[in-house]
Amino acid sequence: MLLLLALGILVISGCGALIVWNKPWLSSCIGAGGTVAGCAVGIIPALDVLMGGATRSLRSAWSIPYGSLFIEIDPLSAFFLLPVFLLSALAAVYGGQYLMHYKDTKRLGVAWFFYTILVASMALVCVARNAVLFLIAWEIMALSSFFLVAFENEKAEVRRASWIYMVATHLGTACLLPMFLIFGASAGSLDFDRFAHSLPQPLASICFILALIGFGTKAGIIPFHVWLPEAHPAAPSHVSALMSGIMIKTGIYGIVRMLTFFDVPPLWWGWLVLAIGTVSGVLGVLFALAQHDLKGLLAYHSVENIGIIMMGLGVGLIGWSAGVPSVAILGMAGGLFHVVNHAMFKGLLFLGAGSVFQAAHTREIDHLGGLIKKMPYTGACFFVGAVAISGLPPLNGFLSEFLIYLGSLRGAISMGADVAVPLIGAVAGLALIGGLAAACFTKAFGIVFLGAPRSPAAAGARESGPLMVAPMLLLAAGCIAVGCLGFCIVPAMSGVVSSVLGFDAGRELKTAGGYLGSITVGSIALLLLVAGLTLLRRFLLSGREVGSSVTWDCGYCAPSPRMQYSASSFAQPITDIFRMFLRTEKHLRLSEQYFPASAAFKTHTLDVGFEKIYRPVFDGVKQVCARFAVLQHGSMHLYVLYIVITLLVLLVWQMR
Amino acid sequence: MQTAGYMNIILGLVFAPLLGGIINRVKAVFAGRTGQPLLQPYYDIYKNFRKGAVYSTTTSWLFRAGPIVGLAAALVALCLVPVNGATAPLAFTGDLLLFAYMLGLMRFFTVLAALDTGSSFEGMGASREVFFSALAEPALLLGLATVARRTGTLSLSELLAATSATSPELVLVLAALGIVFLCENARIPFDDPTTHLELTMIHEVMVLDHSGPDFGFIQYGAALKAWVLGSVIVGLILPVVGGNFLLLNSVALLGGMFLLAVVVGVIESTMARLRLIRVPQLLVAAGSLALFAFILSMR
Repeated sequence: MLLLLALGILVISGCGALIVWNKPWLSSCIGAGGTVAGCAVGIIPALDVLMGGATRSLRSAWSIPYGSLFIEIDPLSAFFLLPVFLLSALAAVYGGQYLMHYKDTKRLGVAWFFYTILVASMALVCVARNAVLFLIAWEIMALSSFFLVAFENEKAEVRRASWIYMVATHLGTACLLPMFLIFGASAGSLDFDRFAHSLPQPLASICFILALIGFGTKAGIIPFHVWLPEAHPAAPSHVSALMSGIMIKTGIYGIVRMLTFFDVPPLWWGWLVLAIGTVSGVLGVLFALAQHDLKGLLAYHSVENIGIIMMGLGVGLIGWSAGVPSVAILGMAGGLFHVVNHAMFKGLLFLGAGSVFQAAHTREIDHLGGLIKKMPYTGACFFVGAVAISGLPPLNGFLSEFLIYLGSLRGAISMGADVAVPLIGAVAGLALIGGLAAACFTKAFGIVFLGAPRSPAAAGARESGPLMVAPMLLLAAGCIAVGCLGFCIVPAMSGVVSSVLGFDAGRELKTAGGYLGSITVGSIALLLLVAGLTLLRRFLLSGREVGSSVTWDCGYCAPSPRMQYSASSFAQPITDIFRMFLRTEKHLRLSEQYFPASAAFKTHTLDVGFEKIYRPVFDGVKQVCARFAVLQHGSMHLYVLYIVITLLVLLVWQMR
Repeated sequence: MQTAGYMNIILGLVFAPLLGGIINRVKAVFAGRTGQPLLQPYYDIYKNFRKGAVYSTTTSWLFRAGPIVGLAAALVALCLVPVNGATAPLAFTGDLLLFAYMLGLMRFFTVLAALDTGSSFEGMGASREVFFSALAEPALLLGLATVARRTGTLSLSELLAATSATSPELVLVLAALGIVFLCENARIPFDDPTTHLELTMIHEVMVLDHSGPDFGFIQYGAALKAWVLGSVIVGLILPVVGGNFLLLNSVALLGGMFLLAVVVGVIESTMARLRLIRVPQLLVAAGSLALFAFILSMR
């Protein structure tokens, strides 16, 4: 089986990179090259199954009871494998050059080992069909990404971020274990194919909630998102791209895979998923707006996009339970399509942010500016990503949001209140998210890449090397291509959607593909008009004077780049009106003299989920545990005494 | 019917700048002035097309792309809006979303072009533009969704053709869309389009550094944006004349649009610009009106 070969190549190249850890060049070549080779091999079976090939499975006995070593590539798995392999390969090429920056201070072989293991474990998560195997892969994925987040572990904030990630991800896994046990107890086996339709109603709902918390923590839905804004900025950029682009999608995969085990869900599941999605989407983009750190901003945008994906799934669930196939299909297809689209543009944006960081040595948005002149390729690629993530035509982000919108509107205009109300809420939520995302990315792109450099570091920035630029160019081209080819991609997803919903989605998706075709016509019209207008302007300007001058400064003769509008001031109206949720802290220091020489203004937005939910809970746990500290002095004599007492008690109890 | 669809595009291309002229004339009449000629917007655009251009040294290719993409997006939006029974050339199910997002694309480029100059004044305008439009977007889509629920279709062409101006929720939708219209086109009470400096805080601020043909594109694009949003409102009110009454429908459309311009002029003459902190409240009110209309439509 080709997939196993791919996993083998990945693991072997990882070990190879580890063996030669003291030769940075060699280990990078082995690590990156092995990843590309493994991904190239692995993508073949995935593509084959997606193109309508037969489901491939492999089953053999193993020593673990209640089940077998069972892996399978069905359309749903293949659909998630595709971005795993594509983005991993591109990020590996990028990482090859990115990590060279650390070649004197870090052991790159170790980083490459964990990178290849992470890729292999993500692929295994998508194909595992046995609960034990799934959880093993899930845990390897968590651990390898933990070590990658802790790459720069000499920094205190990186250590903090990686521990938060470690704790959060295991809290999620703690919910998955009982869920699989309930399934296993009811089905009599831990193989996924026995799980289907095995659970009666109250148990099914309990399992669904557990899955939502467990997988939702990995996906980063609010309020379980706290690790995301910590871990993503801390990791090296190509790892952030991988984590944000695909690793969090394994949470979505888990939820969707669970859905295939249930019968037609009750209506409140859809309500719940839709509500979680809307809240995650709106709050995610609001917190993103309040960020000063470029990668922190992107991390919160992952929360937002996971919210959009969840909204799609929620719309699909509502349509499914209400018995409206077209709503179910459109919502589900939109959500799943957004998984792929988000992997592309978020991967692209994180790689771009990494290039900016290496060129200007800061991620602070307010210290950057004017980079598009110094880094034209990175700038252009980041721009494509920004348009795509804002959900604007003609790029891919718009298409998946369009499907979710269309599904919601379909239901909202034809169904009764219990279905129409949540769906119209989804429409309003998506519209608000779209507007705010556009605000956020005009800020991110405009302040970082446009205007004049705000610091000497930004002024001295240089374009990244070709191995870092090429993956970004490919991803940008992918965003454009998917944006234009939606009309053939969406009908091809019918196998995936059908396998989730259990009824044929082909006809509905073909109709939807027709609508996307009309969008493509509109996009082509747009491009033609742009070309035509460019020619018109050239014609109008020919023979006339085209001058260049400074920006109009309202008569003030000595403006400095620091007087430009900053990211904080750009977002201030929005963060102010939503301060109820954001609770931005402001610190203003004005000098008291008549001729003020200096003043300082600082804003800081802490994560509400972390401050209001996690911190109190963990403080409580800490207090409870502190009471047991009396028992633990670190004194050996006491411990020996404990052992003796325990033995005595046991002895007495036995003699009784 | 196909010719009728193209007819609407031609009408828009020709008459869009006239709306601004009418608004200015109404304001002049209210103020007791003679006012500028009705065709002044055309003269302005023509004048700008015949001039050279000055580009700031801070700017990049995005600054030059802004006006062009903005105008192109407005033109695509024009191809999506039908009026009075005619099917728009690009019509399809769900085109109202493409319509809303084309205007979003136009805004995205205008804002980035403003940020490209590095001027804090233009940055300020850009910041307000994205903020207000983020709040206006839900109102627009909720309003259109309400009409869609009444008519059972998701294509602007069928949707505008099938509405009747008699139901209470339609009145609410019209109020909401009217507010969105004023906000998106930067009219009073959201923005004062009279000057380039001081009074004007949003749209005209952002385009301060554009000159020559670029500025002409921006003016024409802004006129088209007003036209397409206006023709959605007019299309909701106007009854449809069935059959092949191309001339009658065109005259009705023009009459409606001119009436809308007069109403905007009256609003501008009788109201002051809102304080900026009040603007979000008005936009949220528009969204609430649209939501209320939707709830009414579920009766």
